[in-house]
Amino acid sequence: MPRLKELGFVIGLVIVGVVFVAAVIGPWLTGHDAFAQNLNARLIPPFWMEGGSSQHWLGTDQLGRDYLTRLLYGARISLFIGILTVITSGIIGTTLGVLGGFYGGRIDDAVLFVITCRLSIPVVLVALAVVGLVGSSLTLVVTTLGLLLWDRFAVVARATTMQIRSLDYVNAAWCSGCSPLDIMRHEILPNISSHLMVVCTLEIALAILLEASLSFLGLGVPPPLPSWGLMIAEGKDYMFFSAWVIMIPGIALFTLVLGMNMVGDGLRRAFGTQVIK
Amino acid sequence: MSKTPALTLKDLSCTFHVQGGLFQPARHVRAVDRISVSLEEGGVLGIVGESGCGKTTLARMILGLQNPTSGEAFVHGQRLSELDRRARARLIQPVFQDPFSSLNPKHRIEDIIALPLRAQGSFEPHEIERRTAAILERVGLSTEQGRRLPAELSGGQRQRVAIARALILEPRIVVCDEPTSALDVSVQAQILNLLGELRRDLNLTYVFISHNLAVVEHVASEVMVMYLGRMVEHNTTARLFSEPRHPYTQALLASVLTPEPGLGLPDVGLGDIMPDPANIPSGCRFHPRCLKAQPQCATIEPLTSHPSDHATVECHLF
Amino acid sequence: MTAILDVQNLAVRFGPTLAVRNASFTVQKGETHCIVGESGCGKSVTALAIMNLLARNARRDAKSIAFAGQDILAYSDRQMEDVRGNRMAMIFQEPMTSLNPSYTIGSQMTEVLRRHHNTTRDLAEQRAIGLMQRVGITAPQMRLGQYPHQLSGGLRQRVMIAMALMCDPELLIADEPTTALDVTVQAQILRLLAELKQELGLGILLITHDLGIVARVADHVSVMYAGEVIETGRTADLFANPSHPYTRGLIDCVPVPGKIKPGEALGSIPGTVPVMKDGFSGCAFRFRCPQASEICTQAVPRHEVGPNHLVQCHLPSRQGGAQ
Ligand SMILES: Nc1ncnc2c1ncn2[C@@H]1O[C@H](COP(=O)(O)OP(=O)(O)OP(=O)(O)O)[C@@H](O)[C@H]1O
Ligand SMILES: Nc1ncnc2c1ncn2[C@@H]1O[C@H](COP(=O)(O)OP(=O)(O)OP(=O)(O)O)[C@@H](O)[C@H]1O
Ligand code: SF4
Ligand code: SF4
Ligand SMILES: [Mg+2]
Ligand SMILES: [Mg+2]
Repeated sequence: MPRLKELGFVIGLVIVGVVFVAAVIGPWLTGHDAFAQNLNARLIPPFWMEGGSSQHWLGTDQLGRDYLTRLLYGARISLFIGILTVITSGIIGTTLGVLGGFYGGRIDDAVLFVITCRLSIPVVLVALAVVGLVGSSLTLVVTTLGLLLWDRFAVVARATTMQIRSLDYVNAAWCSGCSPLDIMRHEILPNISSHLMVVCTLEIALAILLEASLSFLGLGVPPPLPSWGLMIAEGKDYMFFSAWVIMIPGIALFTLVLGMNMVGDGLRRAFGTQVIK
Repeated sequence: MSKTPALTLKDLSCTFHVQGGLFQPARHVRAVDRISVSLEEGGVLGIVGESGCGKTTLARMILGLQNPTSGEAFVHGQRLSELDRRARARLIQPVFQDPFSSLNPKHRIEDIIALPLRAQGSFEPHEIERRTAAILERVGLSTEQGRRLPAELSGGQRQRVAIARALILEPRIVVCDEPTSALDVSVQAQILNLLGELRRDLNLTYVFISHNLAVVEHVASEVMVMYLGRMVEHNTTARLFSEPRHPYTQALLASVLTPEPGLGLPDVGLGDIMPDPANIPSGCRFHPRCLKAQPQCATIEPLTSHPSDHATVECHLF
Repeated sequence: MTAILDVQNLAVRFGPTLAVRNASFTVQKGETHCIVGESGCGKSVTALAIMNLLARNARRDAKSIAFAGQDILAYSDRQMEDVRGNRMAMIFQEPMTSLNPSYTIGSQMTEVLRRHHNTTRDLAEQRAIGLMQRVGITAPQMRLGQYPHQLSGGLRQRVMIAMALMCDPELLIADEPTTALDVTVQAQILRLLAELKQELGLGILLITHDLGIVARVADHVSVMYAGEVIETGRTADLFANPSHPYTRGLIDCVPVPGKIKPGEALGSIPGTVPVMKDGFSGCAFRFRCPQASEICTQAVPRHEVGPNHLVQCHLPSRQGGAQ
């Protein structure tokens, strides 16, 4: 049984690694431009289907753009959004959680209140409203998600900080004359970072999913950028005759999120983090 | 004229408020109750008492890790609460009980030892390096061991690291909270011998908490016995061990397990119920368990008396 | 008397390191068997090996480990889970790490009982309160709602003991149960264990490095050094006639009140327990032994120096030869 779980971690790592490398260098290798339209070559199916072409391995979309190139470019966008979101939300959540867990008392009450408030905000609705009001752009999606998805970071950072702050090495640091900030940075953060890593992977997966949903609704990444969610949305009119138009980005999305979650799960087991449900 | 004592505690108290679960009122745990004592420079104050009687809480107040509810601690005549954290660190340093949780698992030994110097913010890097190397050698660790992580050292070696960290700022007072109870007899002897040597060489003053009465007898110059937050007896070590006055001190000394088979477990008649610090008995707080209790013990709190020089005891019998 | 636990030729290795080598001992029903030895000699690893709770990088070998007559070596993980914490309970060395900081004492105590037996939460709580009183915890109701970090070291240890007794075990493995306690509470806890031993016929495997405890409570003692049992016998015999140089050294370092002069250095055995690797032969104590000689690099024989009193050392044969 333990073997299987470690296997899951390795598979997850391979998936994420492959997607990452493909996203970084892939779009240059396909020999096509993700944005170049060719209305003469619309909706060419992938090579294994009837009418497929060796020019376009995964075919072309309704505007004749190479689907493989767009898929790889989309991976870039997904990862970019996932990582930037997690950096923003990680900083917010960790700061809040560590402050609350470290000081306790009034400050902790305040932090708990903020977390509770955040948990009562429906993320998708707020994101929809913001994007709807301000108009969609990549930065806006990252900012909105980053400002919304910090709750798990805060909860985990707070719980782990509470466990650590009463340990004797933290007491010893106080007695050494360290400032609270020094203690948080040098004694607490390094010892909660493994738990935060787990949250990172899980949150990246969540951010990627949310971005895809927003883009699908037309409120995320604006066209012509090839976000996977947008690709599914653009393809949905053609799905009865050319199902692969939505199958391909759909499967890609599913695989990447699954891989991320498998990595997160593996890390969680390895670090023995219990606080994350 | 007498010198200012190294450490003076004046009516030091600490009360914790414990939430008693949903719909139950909060309870007040009087962990330390009006303790006054003073300790000469170069002396070793041994503190003994039942588990949970407030020894660690007292140590934490002396270290500035816990604010007293009332009372004051003075170090070399200076009010502890008026010192800033750096000045305090230069005067008092701790050695904790558990050598596993007292060292940050992510830092290397030399960084752990140098932390108090770095926190001062006024030392040059080469000075830090020189002093770290010197103290490592003084406590019997090699430079190679200095580059390891705590997980790569044994319990005894870790306790040496904790001692090195406590001494690098050349403090005047070291508070040791059960420094050897996590170590086995042979290593315990090595650490105690090291602490003794360092005290003589550097003219240190120790506050030494331990459950092991033989160890306290060996290292301390005076001993304070605590019961439920109160100091019930205080005397020089030799006197306390040769003529214990307070009934609790007598029970404590009678409970020591010497390696003599066949004697069985001593039953000194204290009963099986541990006292509840949230519900301190009236009168003498020891009376429900005391074998020599008098009628007035249940109602009248005994005053501190001085049966001889340097000795205090809190019991109606004296 | 019947054996509740019988361990034959137990060995535990972590990669090339041998933490326990060829250890054999028997715990009878209603008997306290003590394992003593220095830090790192393999006491805790032995206990964990019996419970099958070793770290993943450990390999356990043994001729047999019989619990109440059943060979538990062959037990599946599932079967072991049913026994562990139920018929065979353990008090761990570090109470802070074995109590979960994020749950209350109450929920952790009731959980143990509810995992193995069908009871209601109320009944489990009743039992928890009863046991907490039994181990001398006042205001148990309040303690049930507290978190581990709010208790003093002594209280935490009592909680651990009460928790181990939740399911009425037949064998109790106690790994240094009183190290964190003061002498009066220590005496009281040890008396409690002795009572339980009498009342329930509990077998106790007590791990400690305090020879004071051993002398007062053990029926039988095994002294471990570098993963081996180097001397074993009935307590009175072993203290009256300690036959291994290491046992004698250990007895000599115990500070006894009234016997040591202030300012004088305490006796200690110089050096530390060596780490055993494959291919080691001879006596592991020879680097620290005052009586070591040439022959000590050769395989060490076992001698019976008295009834049920075994020692693993070359000395008895050397002296026998000189006579
Ligand atoms: N943070 C806290 N919150 C509530 N109660 C506390 C806290 N810290 C300590 N106490 C209580 O104060 C009392 C004294 O605890 P303390 O740790 O000082 O005892 P101790 O004498 O050091 O015991 P031991 O010998 O077991 O270490 C105990 O009843 C304990 O439960
Ligand atoms: N998970 C592990 N991986 C590698 N080595 C280990 C592991 N656990 C224990 N050891 C080694 O096994 C040996 C025996 O350790 P053990 O914990 O049994 O000592 P002990 O006798 O219980 O000591 P103490 O009195 O300090 O508790 C030690 O040398 C230790 O370093
Ligand atoms: S005052 Fe009374 S109850 Fe208290 S210790 Fe003295 S004799 Fe015992
Ligand atoms: S076998 Fe030799 S080295 Fe080992 S304990 Fe005996 S005399 Fe000492
Ligand atoms: Mg304490
Ligand atoms: Mg151990």
